Amino acid sequence: MPIQYYIFLSLALFCIGIAGVLTRRNAIIIFMSIELMLNAVNLLLVAFSKMHHAVATAIDKGNTVGTDGQIFVFFVMVVAAAEVSVGLAIIVMMYRNAHSVDVNFLNRLKN
Amino acid sequence: MNAIQILFWFLSALALVSALMVLLSKNPVHSVLWLVGVFFAISGHYILLNAQFIAIVNLIVYAGAIMVLFLFVIMLMNLNKDTEPQKHIWMKLAGAISAGCFLMILVSLIKQAPELQAKTAMMKDGDIGLIANLGKALFSTYVVPFEISSILFLSAMVGAAVIGKKD
Repeated sequence: MPIQYYIFLSLALFCIGIAGVLTRRNAIIIFMSIELMLNAVNLLLVAFSKMHHAVATAIDKGNTVGTDGQIFVFFVMVVAAAEVSVGLAIIVMMYRNAHSVDVNFLNRLKN
Repeated sequence: MNAIQILFWFLSALALVSALMVLLSKNPVHSVLWLVGVFFAISGHYILLNAQFIAIVNLIVYAGAIMVLFLFVIMLMNLNKDTEPQKHIWMKLAGAISAGCFLMILVSLIKQAPELQAKTAMMKDGDIGLIANLGKALFSTYVVPFEISSILFLSAMVGAAVIGKKD
C-alpha cells in the first residue's frame, strides 16, 4: 500500500486522540485518548520501517534495514505500560481524595 | 482490489470508527471496549505489514494487560453509570475544531511532500518483523536500553505502590 495511506490513517487516529483530550473531562477517558495517540505513532513507525525495508530490498536482498523502527515500537510499548501503571495509581489516588475523576476539579492547587 | 487492499480498508474503517466511538460513548466501560477494538484493528495492520512480533506484543500488552487494568480501575471507582461531568458545548466544539484544523494542516502537508510520493510500505513479505531478527537486534545492539527498561518497570512498580497506598 502507498505509505501516504498509512500516514493519513495514523494522523486521523492521532487527531481523534487530541480531540478526546480536549473535549472530555473524565480523567480515565483522557488517559485512554493518550493511549490512542501512542498507538497511532506506533502504527506509523512500523509502516515507515517497512517502507525503508522495501527501498533497501530493491537494492540488496537479505538486509535488515528497518529493524530499528520496530525495536522502537517495542520500547514505546514498554514506556506506555509503565506510564499506565503510574497514571492509573494517580487517578485512583485522585478519586480517593476528591470522589470524582473530573479533571476540572484539579484546576486549583490549594484545598 | 485484491485481498490485501480489502483488508487494509476494512481494518482502517474499523480503527477509525472504534476510535470515534471511544470519544462518543457516554459509559466509560463502553469506551474501554471500543479501545480494545482499536487495538485489535491496529494489530491486524501489523500482521498485514508482516510485523508479527509487534502484532502479538500489541495484543498481549495493550488489549490484554493495559485494558484490563483500565477496566479494573473503572470497576473499583464504580463509574459505570452515565453521570459523567460534561464540558460546556462550546468547549467541546472548540476542541473538535482545533483537532480538525490540526488534521487538515498535516494532511495537506503530507500530500505535498515530494519524498513520500511514490513510496510504498512492503506488505506481507520482508522478514524484519519476525521474532528471530528482532530478538537478535534486541539482545545485541539494544541490550542496554532493554536492561534499563527493566529498571523503569521496577521504578514504575514502586511508584504505583507508593502512590496507591493509603497514607
